[in-house]
Amino acid sequence: MVPLSWYLIVAAALFCIGLYGVLARRNAIGILMAVELMLNAVNINLLAFWRYLTPAHMTGQVFALVVLAVAAAEAAVGLALIVAIYRTRDTVNVEEVDLMKL
Amino acid sequence: MLNLTWLIPVFPFLSFVLIVLFTNPNKKLSSGIAIGSVAVSWVLSWGVFFQSIAGHIGMGEEAFRLHVPWLPTGTEWFPMGVNVDPLSAIMLFMVPFVCLMIFIYSVGYMHGDPRYSRFFAYISLFACGMLGLVVADNLLMLFIFWEIMGLCSYLLIGFWFEKPSAMKAGLKAFLTTRVGDAFMLAGMLLLYSQTGELTFAHIFAPETLEKLAHTQVNLGFLGSLPWASLLAMLIFGGAVGKSAQFPLHVWLPDAMEGPTPVSALIHAATMVSAGVYLVARCFPLFTAVEAGPQLGLVAFIGAFTALFASTIAVAQDDIKRVLAYSTISQLGYMIAALGIGAYVAAVFHLITHAFFKALLFLGSGSVIHGSGTQDMMEMGGLRKHMPITFATFLVGTFALAGVPPFAGFWSKDEILADAFHQFTELGAASWPFFVWLFLTLAAFLTAFYMGRQIFLTFYGESRRPHAHAHESPKSMTYPLIVLAVFAALLGFAGVPEEFPVLGHLLGNPFHHFVGHGFPATPLNGLVMLISVAMALGGLFVAWLVYGRNPLKEGQPDPLIQALGPVYTVLRRKYYFDELYQATFIRLALWLSEVCFAFDNKWVVDPLVNLAGKAGVALSNLGGWFDRTFVDGAVNGVAAVVGWMGGALRQTQTGRVQNYLLAAALAVFVLLVISVVV
Repeated sequence: MVPLSWYLIVAAALFCIGLYGVLARRNAIGILMAVELMLNAVNINLLAFWRYLTPAHMTGQVFALVVLAVAAAEAAVGLALIVAIYRTRDTVNVEEVDLMKL
Repeated sequence: MLNLTWLIPVFPFLSFVLIVLFTNPNKKLSSGIAIGSVAVSWVLSWGVFFQSIAGHIGMGEEAFRLHVPWLPTGTEWFPMGVNVDPLSAIMLFMVPFVCLMIFIYSVGYMHGDPRYSRFFAYISLFACGMLGLVVADNLLMLFIFWEIMGLCSYLLIGFWFEKPSAMKAGLKAFLTTRVGDAFMLAGMLLLYSQTGELTFAHIFAPETLEKLAHTQVNLGFLGSLPWASLLAMLIFGGAVGKSAQFPLHVWLPDAMEGPTPVSALIHAATMVSAGVYLVARCFPLFTAVEAGPQLGLVAFIGAFTALFASTIAVAQDDIKRVLAYSTISQLGYMIAALGIGAYVAAVFHLITHAFFKALLFLGSGSVIHGSGTQDMMEMGGLRKHMPITFATFLVGTFALAGVPPFAGFWSKDEILADAFHQFTELGAASWPFFVWLFLTLAAFLTAFYMGRQIFLTFYGESRRPHAHAHESPKSMTYPLIVLAVFAALLGFAGVPEEFPVLGHLLGNPFHHFVGHGFPATPLNGLVMLISVAMALGGLFVAWLVYGRNPLKEGQPDPLIQALGPVYTVLRRKYYFDELYQATFIRLALWLSEVCFAFDNKWVVDPLVNLAGKAGVALSNLGGWFDRTFVDGAVNGVAAVVGWMGGALRQTQTGRVQNYLLAAALAVFVLLVISVVV
């Protein structure tokens, strides 16, 4: 059987890719997608720990489902914000959305 | 009624305050308030007067007195109060009545003046001053009211201040009388230092006067003389200024620049007689020393002024200036009378003179109002156009000239009789002889210049083309009529008792009231005849010169040819203005220039400038320190903070990704640290 550490390494890699995406992307939609990657990395961790450490309880699965729901909600809100920003400023480039700095 | 005496000056003062503060824009209301207030004062005054006649009011200790503490002086209080004795009572008879007449007259005369309300405010304040002076019971209060009148005189002479001549005349009056006031103030202060009292009843108490008469004051090289004489002469200085006696007479003729009611009220009837009143009031002080120089001085100045001013009046063409010099001359009569001890005669002449001189001035005002000129050479023939003015003016002229039985005859004759009586007792070389001689000559000149005035003004034909003279309004003619009645009849109050029929019938009530304690002068038929001859002779000569052949238009005054260079000297008032200009005024100007130089060029300004420059240098040093060190420290702190802020500001990019990167790096660092350690 695949050892637990492999899953964790995949999850960490996925998280780092997501983090890189969040930090480096200029497109707001790309950032949102990167955030989804980070959330999924967490999900992998949750499921991996559940399967290897406490398979008798359903907590890990449930928690992962909650994370999926929150991620869906977050994606919906995020996309709505991005649409709103696009309508007012004609761009989704986060470097040009600098109202807070003024 | 006597208890209300203190209210008499209060009402005009209230009227002044009301007009100035509230009713200035409303002309009718202002004049109404002024006339109402003086009418109330008049009623009160006559109440006091008649009660004084009926009651047992006497001089000195027998006077009615009412006083309250005023100023603390050590352990004592300096009192303020009223004093009613026959002298103030008789003044209360005259002053508010003449004031009232003149206030009413002013309604017509000042009609349409832009500063109508202000005029009534000023004359109300003046009435307050005069009435307060009359009822004051001490010398200090008297002096205060005296100065209030001086102020009003200044304000009213310069009432039409658009005219530079009026402005200058006001200043001249104020400064000239101030010379006399300085003497008076000095006398008052010395009196206070000697007696510690200024209340009349106390300073004129026999023991005080005794003490003043017997202590000598050393005046250095001038020798020594009794205190009483010195004080009397100093106080007389005030009277000389106020009553326009020689040598301080120069202001009164110029005071005619003021509105005519003011000339009548202040510069003929009331204020100028305040000087005479002061001498009469201080009469016990003047007579405290039997053979002192003070009475001689008073008599000499009075008699000289009487003659001197009447000669000038002969050569004046301005109708008001003639009357002004006549006023100076008549005041000289009163002063001279006081100087020879004819107290009752002086007060009597003061009262009658006030009525007929007010009448003459108001008459001249009416003439000016009707004919539009003040120059008698341009008048003529006004008799037909201004019948009421003419008739009343004629009464005033007869009263002033001393034609029997008008008021001036009786009062003037009493002075002459007193002088004559004294010189017959003392011999022809004594000064009462010169007083009598001067005054008799002055009487002749008085009759002459008044006759000249009448003939030039009212007779003949108008010497001015297109003159449309008209009679004045009723508010002006009625006061004239009332005053004319008094000018004609008032003399009967003082007919000598020995006079056939009349004297017995009337019994000289004036002497009994005012002169209680003074012996009545025996009647002297010769003096009376001489004075009547002088009066009629003067009028006759005036008729010869001006009445027989009335002047035609453009014809010069016949006096110019008759008197030659003398006329010029008289016309120029003996060059007194020029003399004062060349001496006192030039000296004063030179002194001011020296003071100016001392102040601005030599000492004061250089010192001030030096102090200023030193201050500037010190301040510069302080400023440099402040800028360099204090400012440097403050700016340094600010610069460091600003630099740091600028540096830290770089981290605040406003980009969430940068912050996240920082957070991620921090986590990574912490991770490394936790792994390594």
